[in-house]
Amino acid sequence: MTEQISNNKQTIGRIHSFESFGAVDGPGIRFVVFFQGCSLRCKYCHNRDTWAINAGKEYTTTELIAKISRYKNYFTVSGGGVTLSGGEPLLQQDFLLDLLPKLKEQKIHVAIDTSGSFPLTDKIKQIIDLADLFLLDIKCINDDICKDLVGVSNKLELEFAKYLSNIGKDVWIRQVLVPGITDHEEDLLMLKDFLSTLKNVKKVEILAYHDLGRFKWENLGCNYELEDVPNATSEDVAKAKKILEI
Amino acid sequence: MDFKQWNGFNKAGEWTEEIDVRGFIQSNYTPYEGDSKFLMGATDKTKKLWNKVLELYKKERENGGVLDADCKTPSSINAYEAGYIDKNLEEIVGLQTDAPLKRAIMPNGGIRIVEKSAESYGFKVDPETEYIYHNLRKTHNDGVFEVYTPDIRAARSSHLLTGLPDGYGRGRIIGDYRRVALYGVDALIAEKKVELEILDTDEFTEEIIRNREEIGDQIKALNDLKAMAEKYGFDISVPASNAKEAIQWLYFGYLGAVKDQNGAAMSLGRTSTFLDIFIERDLQNGTLTESQAQELMDQFIIKLRLVRFLRAPEYNELFSGDPVWVTESIGGMGIDGRTLVTKNSFRVLHTLDNLGPAPEPNLTVLWSNNLPKGFKDYCADISIRTSSIQYENDDLMRITLGDDYGIACCVSAMKIGKQMQFFGARANLAKTLLYAINGGRDENSGKQVAPKFQPITSEYLDYNEVMEKFDVMMDYVAKIYIKALNAIHYMHDKYSYEALEMALHDRDEDILRTMACGIAGLSVVADSLSAIKYAKVKVIRDETGLAVDYQVEGDFPKYGNDDDRVDQIAVDVVKSFLRKLQKHHTYRHSKHTLSILTITSNVVYGKNTGNTPDGRRAGEPFGPGANPLHGRDSNGALAVMNTIAKLPYEYSEDGISFTFSITPAALGKDEDSKVNNLVSMLDGYFKQTGHHINVNVFNRELLLDAMDHPEDYPQLTIRVSGYAVNFIKLTREQQLDVINRTIHERI
Repeated sequence: MTEQISNNKQTIGRIHSFESFGAVDGPGIRFVVFFQGCSLRCKYCHNRDTWAINAGKEYTTTELIAKISRYKNYFTVSGGGVTLSGGEPLLQQDFLLDLLPKLKEQKIHVAIDTSGSFPLTDKIKQIIDLADLFLLDIKCINDDICKDLVGVSNKLELEFAKYLSNIGKDVWIRQVLVPGITDHEEDLLMLKDFLSTLKNVKKVEILAYHDLGRFKWENLGCNYELEDVPNATSEDVAKAKKILEI
Repeated sequence: MDFKQWNGFNKAGEWTEEIDVRGFIQSNYTPYEGDSKFLMGATDKTKKLWNKVLELYKKERENGGVLDADCKTPSSINAYEAGYIDKNLEEIVGLQTDAPLKRAIMPNGGIRIVEKSAESYGFKVDPETEYIYHNLRKTHNDGVFEVYTPDIRAARSSHLLTGLPDGYGRGRIIGDYRRVALYGVDALIAEKKVELEILDTDEFTEEIIRNREEIGDQIKALNDLKAMAEKYGFDISVPASNAKEAIQWLYFGYLGAVKDQNGAAMSLGRTSTFLDIFIERDLQNGTLTESQAQELMDQFIIKLRLVRFLRAPEYNELFSGDPVWVTESIGGMGIDGRTLVTKNSFRVLHTLDNLGPAPEPNLTVLWSNNLPKGFKDYCADISIRTSSIQYENDDLMRITLGDDYGIACCVSAMKIGKQMQFFGARANLAKTLLYAINGGRDENSGKQVAPKFQPITSEYLDYNEVMEKFDVMMDYVAKIYIKALNAIHYMHDKYSYEALEMALHDRDEDILRTMACGIAGLSVVADSLSAIKYAKVKVIRDETGLAVDYQVEGDFPKYGNDDDRVDQIAVDVVKSFLRKLQKHHTYRHSKHTLSILTITSNVVYGKNTGNTPDGRRAGEPFGPGANPLHGRDSNGALAVMNTIAKLPYEYSEDGISFTFSITPAALGKDEDSKVNNLVSMLDGYFKQTGHHINVNVFNRELLLDAMDHPEDYPQLTIRVSGYAVNFIKLTREQQLDVINRTIHERI
């Protein structure tokens, strides 16, 4: 997904968009970079337009750093930083390996919002080392449901979670609550058991499913499969939280 | 000077020798660094009184917006008998007329405007009064139109210059009402007599004569003020002896001003920390409890919420929702490093809880990074719950204005009692750009408004050619703009002089006057020039060769995304326009200043401006103040703030207004993080040298519901450019503008 530009050796990344005031994706005020491209096919995805690998706008790390550092005043006072989201940031590994050390140099806190569905290669391990926090989206602990809902098995992401735990990397676990699909009590209890084996979980967040991203599917002429699924209510979320004891 | 009423005060400093309210504050106030836990709820008395007011509000709404009006007696400081809501419940007394919400006429500004205002609400001005003002007494409005030149008239009627205070009171003068409480009126009169003596000179110039006459008017106004207070049973010739009197005296000062003047903005100043000193003294003496202190503040605020003016439909179109701009500036830091936050800074904000949200008074927090955390958190909490507070950068303004300035109207900072402004509304720079393209012809009417020169005839706009012509057109606009303002303020001083407000100022020679010009349509100009520079803009002309539309081919950087390529254009336009204004002589040698503020008039300016080269359609509203055009910002709130923070305050000292709206969910996941995020956002924005921000926290659905069911939302308050307004009092057009604006959310 990344290409080398021969003349200045800067890697370039494909970026979908930015949100300069992210208040719900990590601690403090976050500058959220939405990476272009995703390998998963989550039926509830609210950023359907980030899937295509070759779309988006190209940025060099220098350009991106210049943009991000304009918000340092907000990061310092709030204990915030930058959140790399998407799409799937971990698809652009060379770019991240160029970007992350530079952010570290500027003392900017980095959170990576990922599915974690990646084999633990050396590159991935390097990236993990360079990030301060992971927002790990556990798609569904029940692998049958997971495969149907997002198109891949949860095996890799659970391995990813265990690795983060083993090396003591901070993680926020996120579970999108899709009524009738990811809210079965037995699955949530299984999730709870799994989470209890992790030593590095700083926070568990239940994200209520909503269909506000549906128009993006329609704009792209795609069929929205969760047509008949209702939005998760605050009661649904409260119930799930109770089961998870969070 | 020495008064028994000053017992217990620290008399260090000069404040006992001369009029020096700041000196008194510095020697006597108690900074408060704690949290809000000490605050008390509304007393039963206050609740009963407020319920009566809510009933009156309801009647006012049902009556089409005006409850009653006295259309015979021209208002003046002492024109009416005492009026009450319910004497037994009122701790602080005084109404503009003899009954609550009954509006007065102030024909010195212009009789025709008064007639129109009265008629639009179903009233009729008394024939005798009409006769006097049509035949015997000249008005401000008469004077202005007598001297207006054809070029000014043309610029005015084609909406190149808009909202000029030639048909309504200019306002934006803050009397130092605290002086009434601290010194009593007699000491103030004595001081004015000294000033008069100084003006007994050998050279009796026009200026000296005018100043002597004005001081004469001021002394008369102060005597009238005493007489007015006497009708309520108070002798304010001497200082206030306790907290209740201090609030009452101060309020009488303000009340006199709003009986005397129907100014566009009648702001209060910076009073809460001053009043805290009296409250603290009483609390120490054991003569007042915290609950009583809050009761006094609640009741004071109730009175401020009742201020009303009879205004013309044209005024309402510009400044919607019956605003008065009773702006109270709260907090800030002292130049010695101590915070000026006191317990009373909390009490005044707490009225939003005790009485519910309201647009008035226009509560303005002077924000500094060094404000105590407890106060910052409390402000953010109130903002999130009420959308009723605006914030301005104390760290930025304190550099030039010291620590006893206040905000007039929305964003205009001035040293209290030492500075005033000649309010100048604004020039429509988006239209100016269209005139540059069209050789001075109006894009809507086709009329030659500005002097004729070669229009642009190419199919595609060339950036350099446009800039060259835009520069020439801005020169022209700057010239007629200052001409118009000179005429307006000359006549306002002559026929509608603010004698009481100016009596509560230092001597004339020491007053800084500013000629407060303004820009409307900044983001439209920036985007248009960016489109011309970075994309291709094709001109569509009608059969007479008039450019009436534009086709933009390709993308271009848009103002509001922290992109220097376009933001710099906006910065350059601001600097360039101020420099052009500075070339022209101003009335009373006032200092040229500039604001980027539209109030709600962004809607009407947009309505009168044709298609623009950025792709904005004819008639569509401009962005309010310094905001980007609706929908042009695509990188979230902080990117917008970074853009606006680039606009140079040194070139726009009359203020740079930014209105920000966000949904509660986008601000954070829980109450604590919402407060933290908002505090951090304000800290960050002001560190980036942003000047002003209105904070709204609401969901679009709420506003839509309020449009359909206004009766369910009597107190729903939102911040628009520079003031707060009862949402249900906006015109439908303006309600839609608010709803269509960017409300930052996250899906």
